[in-house]
Amino acid sequence: MGKNFIYLLFTLFCCAILFSTCEKILPPAPAENELLDGPIPGLTGAENARFLKGDIAFNDEIFTPQTGLGPLFVATSCGSCHAGDGKGTPFTTLTRFGQTDHTGNQFLHLGGPQLQHRAVLGVQPEGIPNGATFSRFTPPANTGLGFLDFVTDADIVAMSDPDDNNGDGISGVPNWIYLREYVASRANAIAQSGKHIGRFGKKAATYDLLQQTATAYNQDMGITSNFEPYDSYTGHEIDPEVSNQTIQDVVFYLQTLKVPLPRASENAAVTARKQIFQKIQCAACHRPELKTGYSPIAVLSFKTFQPYTDLLLHDMGAALNDGYTEGSATTAEWRTPPLWGLGLSKNSQGGKYFLLHDGRAKSIEEAILLHGGEAQNSKALYQALSPQEKQQLIQFLESL
Amino acid sequence: MKSQFYLTLCFWLFGVLVLLAQNDSTFFKRITSDSSKNQLNLDAVYNRPFLQAGKTPVAVGGYVESKVEYLQTDGVSEGYQFQMQRMTLFVSSSIHRRIKFLSEIEFEEGTKEINIEFASLDLQFNPMFNLRGGILMNPIGAFNQNHDGPKWEFNDRPIAATQMLPATFSNVGMGLWGKYAKKNWIFGYEAYLTNGFDEQIINNTENKTFLPASKLNPDRFEENTNGRPLFTGKIALRNRKFGEIGLSTMQGIYNKFVDDGLILDEKRAVRVWAIDFNTTLPKLNTFINGEWAWVAVNVPETFTQQYGNRQSGGFIDVVQPIVRRKIFGFDNAVVNLACRLEFVDWNIGTFKETGDPIEDKIWAIVPALSFRPSAQTVLRLNYRYHAQTDILGNPAALTGGFQFGLASYF
Ligand code: HEC
Ligand code: HEC
Repeated sequence: MGKNFIYLLFTLFCCAILFSTCEKILPPAPAENELLDGPIPGLTGAENARFLKGDIAFNDEIFTPQTGLGPLFVATSCGSCHAGDGKGTPFTTLTRFGQTDHTGNQFLHLGGPQLQHRAVLGVQPEGIPNGATFSRFTPPANTGLGFLDFVTDADIVAMSDPDDNNGDGISGVPNWIYLREYVASRANAIAQSGKHIGRFGKKAATYDLLQQTATAYNQDMGITSNFEPYDSYTGHEIDPEVSNQTIQDVVFYLQTLKVPLPRASENAAVTARKQIFQKIQCAACHRPELKTGYSPIAVLSFKTFQPYTDLLLHDMGAALNDGYTEGSATTAEWRTPPLWGLGLSKNSQGGKYFLLHDGRAKSIEEAILLHGGEAQNSKALYQALSPQEKQQLIQFLESL
Repeated sequence: MKSQFYLTLCFWLFGVLVLLAQNDSTFFKRITSDSSKNQLNLDAVYNRPFLQAGKTPVAVGGYVESKVEYLQTDGVSEGYQFQMQRMTLFVSSSIHRRIKFLSEIEFEEGTKEINIEFASLDLQFNPMFNLRGGILMNPIGAFNQNHDGPKWEFNDRPIAATQMLPATFSNVGMGLWGKYAKKNWIFGYEAYLTNGFDEQIINNTENKTFLPASKLNPDRFEENTNGRPLFTGKIALRNRKFGEIGLSTMQGIYNKFVDDGLILDEKRAVRVWAIDFNTTLPKLNTFINGEWAWVAVNVPETFTQQYGNRQSGGFIDVVQPIVRRKIFGFDNAVVNLACRLEFVDWNIGTFKETGDPIEDKIWAIVPALSFRPSAQTVLRLNYRYHAQTDILGNPAALTGGFQFGLASYF
């Protein structure tokens, strides 16, 4: 009995030790600056709860035909295309077709603007109609969007230089778009003959995150809502398949996703690398620092942040001109993509790079070399760098 | 609600029987399971400890499984979770020497899921020729047939046998089974036609081809979605010295290709093959048990490759008894060291867009220590470590943690 008792005590003791040390010997969290998902630090408890609701709707809610998927669709959830809130791959790439200038999309009656090339059982998906030009869009990262959302229109206009008054060969312009009925214009919005400034999407043709979310549900997954009630297959107005509340939670989630954290701390070497970036004019479009105006979400209000974009459209030259456009952008114009988190792209692109709007660039260098048009000068400056400087520049970009 | 009431009633009646049994042990008789090597996996349904009252032809039994776990994925943990995994009750009766009935009712996670896993009548014409009809367990792989918690040293069921193959997949149907033994050899076969899979195997919220999704269809016990029976067949061969090997298959159509006489789609097949084996090494008494299965589903080209048309996976368990003696006053107590390795590739193939391989796979290793005070009861401590890679092959989500649980027949 005595011996048994000791065995028993010993076993219980071992179990207790094992269970109490769990946290220390289990798979640890990757470093904060290796991850794109997660909320902005400093949200209130209620804001965190709301973030989580949006997180679940965005990442975990998989649509099926029973819950409204399709009949035509591109993917089954937001998270399938925006894995870990990072960039996507050719598998999750969208195609849009049918618009060549500011007069609008001529192929709306043939399924435009977005191609739904997948369909539920028994239904035939769409193809690109004859004569329609198209662009492919690889999903961007969704980080730090709240900060971009609260940059004021005035700041965007101040960065634009349509007539290239400063003579640097770079003439950024906003995409002037018509608002969807359900979209409310921003406080202190700047309008021009009834059009507003778009800032989301690769052509900056989307006004805000509500529009982005409601159209993503509708066009990417075939999920109708009170905001976008028309079924992409029949064109009929049908019952909402996602609630207003869920859409608002997802919008809140997108607004409060943290910004990517740099993976190199400020030091002499990093400063030197950043100087190369400035010196060869990259920073003229990829603006290192922007600031927000007032936001009802306290952590977003009046903050400076480092996105490396100006939210403006630039003519990128013939190589990047697909002959398709949105809003008032020309077919060769693209919105400067933020470069923050660039180095983490591979973690959501299956270990590879798929850069530029359609993922055609397989490395950072290839992306730079495909710059043309307004960025021609900057590219030439890049090509003139010594191999060592080029390497330093790439290192800098990877650390963002 | 009504069915829940009856089930609860059954449960209490059962409890009373057990109490009575304890008071009058001459009246109740415990039929222990046959651990001799004459048994195949297909015998597992009857080969369980039952309690029989006097000369009544009815015997009852059951088992219970519960655990506590602390798991963590990439640094995030849900903390300590206590789970009542399942409680299962079985009732068998011999209507005649060669006519038997067995039913098995399972309560999963409290009363979240209540399933009739088995409710079949067996009619023996000849040992090689038995007719079985009712709700029966589709004999795919070995785990599905031999899944009682107390038989295993691991708290979790194998991933390949529960999520790739549907665990305890039972359906209404009928068919034949039989056994033939000669000298050291036993041969068994089973062949059933049942209701089968439905479109949920690719229309589900798992975001992958997921055969167990069909278990969610409550209508499958009264209606076949497309009128085509699912064929499940298995052959097994055991040599008393070397062990058992089984080959099994399921073949059916999963989609509703015609409704009310109108054609909706072409017929789309689901096919599954499995191989299982188990053996006990002489002298060392090491028990080795494994199973591997392949799934092929005709997913339309126009659907999304998120849902794969091929899957494969399996597991291997090695159980080594290290102590077998009287412990804490239990005469025949055994302590085992064990380890499970498992793997599932949820989506075999390459992306149409890039030609790169589709990833979406999981592997796990589960070392275990178990204590069996008696053959029917097990206390088990597992460390579980698994890595899940998403469809694109991004850095895997790593999960690890401890599980402690107990399972017992009663
Ligand atoms: C089929 C893949 C796919 C799905 C599903 C999808 N997205 Fe996207 N998402 C994209 C692509 C591609 C873009 C770029 C589109 C563009 O530039 O116009 C994008 C852009 C965005 C943007 C704009 C980011 C920026 O920097 O401008 C947001 C926000 C967004 N998606 C949110 C969502 C939400 C919310 C959902 C679910 C309701 C969703 N997405 C579903 C592919 C997808
Ligand atoms: C005239 C404005 C402009 C200048 C100057 C410019 N870029 Fe860009 N950059 C863009 C635009 C617009 C795109 C998006 C083009 C597309 O998607 O097709 C882009 C895309 C990129 C990308 C790919 C980002 C992604 O997420 O896919 C990288 C990397 C990049 N630029 C780096 C640089 C570097 C380094 C420099 C300096 C050598 C530079 N850019 C100069 C406007 C500019």
